[in-house]
Amino acid sequence: MTTFTPTTSDEVLSAVAWAVAEEAPLEILGHGSKRGIGRPLQTEHTLDLSNLTGVTLYEPAELVLSAKAGTPLAEIEKLLAENGQQLAFEPMDYGPLLGGEPGKGTIGGVLSANLSGPRRLKAGAARDHILGINVVSGRGEAFKSGGRVVKNVTGYDMSKLMANSWGTLAVFTDVTFKVLPAAETEVTLAIRGLLDDAAAAAMALALGSSAEVSSAAHLPERIAARVAGGALGSEAATLLRVEGFGPSVAYRIAALKTLLGKAGPLEEISSEAAKLIWRDVRDVRPFADGTEKPVWRVSMTPSQGHQMVLTLRMQAAVSAFYDWQGGLVWLRMEEGDPEAALLRGLLRKHGGGHATLVRAAPAHRAALPVFEPQPPALAALSQRLKQEFDPKNILNPGRMA
Amino acid sequence: MSGLAMPKPDDATLRRRDEIVADMRIIVPGEGVVDATNQMRAFESDGLTAYRQLPLVVVLPETVAQVSRVLKYCNDRNIRVVPRGSGTSLSGGALPLEDAVLLVMSRFNRILAIDFPNRVVVAQPGVTNLGITSAVEQEGFYYAPDPSSQIACSIGGNVAENSGGVHCLKYGLTANNVLGIEMVLMGGEVVRLGGSHLDAEGYDLLGVMTGSEGLLGVVTEVTVRILKKPETARALLIGFPTSEQGGQCVADIIGAGIIPGGMEMMDRPAIHAAEDFVHAGYPLDVEALLIVELDGPGVEVDHLITAVEAIAISNGSTTCRISQSEQERLSFWAGRKAAFPAVGRISPDYYCMDGTIPRKELPRVLAGMRELSEKYGLGVANVFHAGDGNLHPLILYDANVPGELDKAESFGADILRLCVKVGGVLTGEHGVGVEKRDLMPEMFNQVDLDQQMRVKCAFDPNHLLNPGKVFPQLRRCAELGRMHVHRGQVAFPDIPRF
Repeated sequence: MTTFTPTTSDEVLSAVAWAVAEEAPLEILGHGSKRGIGRPLQTEHTLDLSNLTGVTLYEPAELVLSAKAGTPLAEIEKLLAENGQQLAFEPMDYGPLLGGEPGKGTIGGVLSANLSGPRRLKAGAARDHILGINVVSGRGEAFKSGGRVVKNVTGYDMSKLMANSWGTLAVFTDVTFKVLPAAETEVTLAIRGLLDDAAAAAMALALGSSAEVSSAAHLPERIAARVAGGALGSEAATLLRVEGFGPSVAYRIAALKTLLGKAGPLEEISSEAAKLIWRDVRDVRPFADGTEKPVWRVSMTPSQGHQMVLTLRMQAAVSAFYDWQGGLVWLRMEEGDPEAALLRGLLRKHGGGHATLVRAAPAHRAALPVFEPQPPALAALSQRLKQEFDPKNILNPGRMA
Repeated sequence: MSGLAMPKPDDATLRRRDEIVADMRIIVPGEGVVDATNQMRAFESDGLTAYRQLPLVVVLPETVAQVSRVLKYCNDRNIRVVPRGSGTSLSGGALPLEDAVLLVMSRFNRILAIDFPNRVVVAQPGVTNLGITSAVEQEGFYYAPDPSSQIACSIGGNVAENSGGVHCLKYGLTANNVLGIEMVLMGGEVVRLGGSHLDAEGYDLLGVMTGSEGLLGVVTEVTVRILKKPETARALLIGFPTSEQGGQCVADIIGAGIIPGGMEMMDRPAIHAAEDFVHAGYPLDVEALLIVELDGPGVEVDHLITAVEAIAISNGSTTCRISQSEQERLSFWAGRKAAFPAVGRISPDYYCMDGTIPRKELPRVLAGMRELSEKYGLGVANVFHAGDGNLHPLILYDANVPGELDKAESFGADILRLCVKVGGVLTGEHGVGVEKRDLMPEMFNQVDLDQQMRVKCAFDPNHLLNPGKVFPQLRRCAELGRMHVHRGQVAFPDIPRF
């Protein structure tokens, strides 16, 4: 049992080269904030990147930031905030849901898991903001892809290939992200008391308007009470976030109020409360209950989300809430059984997408496909890519299996 | 063909041409197979017209099953295939090969589904970029990426090239606006990636396919995000005595937290060529002209126009006009949009480059370009997507003067080397294709290139799909398979602890 704690990319290369030579599988680790996601690993050795830290380039006027892979996300977000900027994709924090501390996680982990948040709807995910990477593959080869400029079609976009690869193709040593100005003003409008189907219709109406809604979530009755320390009360809340310059936000909120006047009672949420609410929606706080009750993250066609949940409820006890206009469904299975086959069968009937078992007891994670199983031709293609980059299966072996 | 080495044609394939054409007619009956030389001429080149080559045969399939059968047939018989959309590539991505089937996707021209509540359109790959917007604009929606060829270029080609456009600073590239594709691998397998939901499960192969220049698979269906049209758009036309001031103005606008819908810069030669051509009313006594377009609700646009104007003045602008009508806004753009044909009027031929640089390097790169211009004795005009650092130098030359095309290409290569040197890249939106293929080593070392080749090997191990593009040197997939590290050769034979 060895833990490698490299502080330079050359040391990462040496560690991986050693592992390749010895055919000794490695668990690739940052802060371990997402360690509970994926099939449990049984590697003897660990490559701990939490000492490979430091922002190496930050040019606010160029909207670009580079950092070593183990740099804490919190440190980067603090630096950006000091300059009125942000990672616009709003990377979520799995810590609370998985029983860990909040505020952990490294920038490499952000890309490995292709994190995003409520602003995903408008601003994209980590994959949409990554500009360049330096990595060490499972062959022990250090290479780069991309660069530090936004517009770049020089060669394949290997950065995107590595996004959401959960450390199974290569180990990041350096990453370069596009950063953006933080909004000057944000206002959140809540429609109260809607059932799921009415909420879906209201969110579609809002997103189909020119109000440039950046986030749209629906917290059904009782779930609403579990965000921001109960600030919303327990009545269902359908939340619409509008961001930008003051006069524009005021105008767009007014337009939304006119548009949604008949949908239900409207409330404007104060910006401090709204910040907490969106953080808690992002981090799945309503299900951060300290248990191992199974929690699913389902990405699907927005208008289908609540319909699938309705059908699912006939066969299983679930709690649900919705982000991304209803296209991101968070589900907690109240009886302890993940019901993977049932859920994935229903998902296929409701337009497809993917369901990830982001929280479950290790026994469930070992026995079930945590990530959505792929059709044979796609699974074979993914396997060929794994074979190309990690032929000896030394990087997080089996995690995505 | 100015020294560009393409893969050596396979004699066995050339000899079997008649048999291959007959088999293609069985797979794609009717009018879908073109083998007469005079009819194939229409396909011998794409938007990079300096290169021409007749294909082995042109095949225009109509169904996914036909695409799958054509590819499987070719894969089984070791026949090369070059996919083509509308043929507007500026980097030779759809340049035919003598021994390759040219697979033209133009008959895949239908919109399959429009879903306003979920804001997606499902289209066949031969639908034009503008065709998507046309299909949804009656409801006030549009498709955001707007390459300048949008009236002609196909959405499938946009996926292959990860196309941009003047609005991608705010609204993203093709990669940020495509939610899903269906594609056929060289082996004939049909694979779906993404859909009307967000993000991929597993490896982001949609991200890899976008911008892969037709080397990994043939796209047969595309699902895109559509957006509601902004309520209004207005533009500022700002002139500066120096490009440094123009560049600083761009930096200050972004520094103020403003991401304009479009932000374009032109240098003096481009301004003059455009003004002579379309009489847009551009100032002729400035070194840099900036067009800044703000879009959104009227109150937002008015608010930001005031802010941008103040920034322009503080950077020493000598003229600053603000569009007061839609007609005036369009007149600001008229010169910029006509910049290429305008340059075509002052020079028999021009060669359009496409490097991207960190914005702050603009003055240095422009100065370097002026030196190169003198060295090669060829003029250059610059249009520049200023917001995202994407340069389009237009090198002026005369193809009828012996040696000038070669000179223009060498000049272009030197410009791209300069872009890489200052931290930029070879191509921002036109693709590598054949044009910049041999410059790839300026940006990537062999190990870097080998990793890209590994992706190719996972998709198309026999290198049959669009060979001769992107990679300067084809290496057999088996050669790549060798491990670089072997037992006993590593730096830390004992278990190291750092």
